[in-house]
Amino acid sequence: MNKRQNGYPEMDFSYFPGCSLATTAAESNQSLMQAAQAMGFNLLELPDWNCCGSSSAQTMCRNLSLGMAARNLSLAPPDRPLVAMCPRCLHYLRSAQKCLQQAPLTRRELEERWGRPINVEGEVIHFMEVLVRHGLDRLQAGARRSLKGLRFVPYYGCTLFRPPRLKNESYFEGEMENILASLGAEPITHALMYRCCGSFLSATDPEIVTPLVNEIIDSAAAAGADCLVTACAMCQLNLEIRRTGKTRIPVLHFSETLALALGADDYEKWFVRHIVDPRPIITKLVQAA
Amino acid sequence: MSALTLQPASAPAAIAAAGPRPSFLEEVRERSGTEFSLCYQCQACANGCPFVSAMDYRPNQVLRLVQFGMREEVLQCKTIWVCVGCHTCSSQCPMAIDLAALMDTLRLLAVEQGVPVGKPNIIDFHEEVLRSLEKYGRAHKLGIMLGYKRQTGGWLQDLDVGLKMLAKRKLELFPSRVKAGGEIADLFRCYWRESR
Ligand code: SF4
Ligand code: SF4
Repeated sequence: MNKRQNGYPEMDFSYFPGCSLATTAAESNQSLMQAAQAMGFNLLELPDWNCCGSSSAQTMCRNLSLGMAARNLSLAPPDRPLVAMCPRCLHYLRSAQKCLQQAPLTRRELEERWGRPINVEGEVIHFMEVLVRHGLDRLQAGARRSLKGLRFVPYYGCTLFRPPRLKNESYFEGEMENILASLGAEPITHALMYRCCGSFLSATDPEIVTPLVNEIIDSAAAAGADCLVTACAMCQLNLEIRRTGKTRIPVLHFSETLALALGADDYEKWFVRHIVDPRPIITKLVQAA
Repeated sequence: MSALTLQPASAPAAIAAAGPRPSFLEEVRERSGTEFSLCYQCQACANGCPFVSAMDYRPNQVLRLVQFGMREEVLQCKTIWVCVGCHTCSSQCPMAIDLAALMDTLRLLAVEQGVPVGKPNIIDFHEEVLRSLEKYGRAHKLGIMLGYKRQTGGWLQDLDVGLKMLAKRKLELFPSRVKAGGEIADLFRCYWRESR
């Protein structure tokens, strides 16, 4: 996959992987890197980034939560947008920006402590937004495999779909369908697309989460889907580890679907990390082609 | 103060009750940025909440408790801990009340005021995550899981899922850490100061 083969200029973005993509969901990270590269997007990892704070810091201490997110902002060069893939990380990074814009004293105090400016004006966006704004042509030009015949449920989960405090920001309802449909896939939207995956309750109280996850998976099966596609690594994990029903439907990362369409050939490397084997999807795509 | 003794017998109770009430209301209103007096108890929030069956009060009832100024009742309830902040309620409320922000605020107040926690295993989990973040600057999930199980004694519960994740290399054995550890430690100083 040659970076320049489609004649589009390369674009640089700072990239915040977050804890899930760096570990549990390494397959999402690997496929994202491939997809981005194939479209001429350079995702430059934020040097020495730390956890965004997550719901745990948010729950226990506001200053800690703000500080953790703010440190990441202080590592982001001002001349390019900061891109995240995890909707929760995105949410906390953006919330911190808003908060620091309104609290110049806190901002100055942190800046003095770290001896560097905090990027409070720069754009913090989800990779989906990079795609929608700059990538649709690149995606078409770079597509090597058709996703024709792939029936997928676009599973947004909760956070990418409009947290009210950030409602003036763009949100992504419908975009996953548009993007993947342009590659030939067939969106199935009469399933539980926005139902929360259970978040941390999956770790603390699995018995609460299991029936809900089963409902989500069953709704996808009843609608005749081959797979669910999600842009959130935590959703992907919860949907895989908490399902107990008979239905086995693979849950793909959004980035994996993109990388597949863009011709990545090392998908076996990511697929072995799935708990529900996604290989039947490839068989189906090959048969359809 | 002698004027007080001239009040009818029922008044002191009324005065005492009126004391803390507005301050709790105002505090919650101000910190959550949410105007919850608009609620007319339609229950759309509770009907949409995926986790309502694990709650002791439905989200609209929590809101009502706040309106009534029932600080202890509400800060000690399970609901605020079960709530994951998915915003389903907030996006369904016809009065645009941000219940998720309300829940957020109530959790923080419960932590700050050190009240008995309605769902202790959840706060244990959050603390385990923070221990990992303080040590490494990033979440080390295997460490968090082991630490959490040690605390709650649930070693066997969920063992199969843990093993599956290990087999798929979804749980890294070794944590990745932030190089500037001092900057992270520094951020945690406020946390220990404020929460202990
Ligand atoms: S949906 Fe809104 S108005 Fe209806 S009960 Fe809940 S908070 Fe009140
Ligand atoms: S934000 Fe909390 S209360 Fe509201 S729907 Fe989600 S879990 Fe339920």
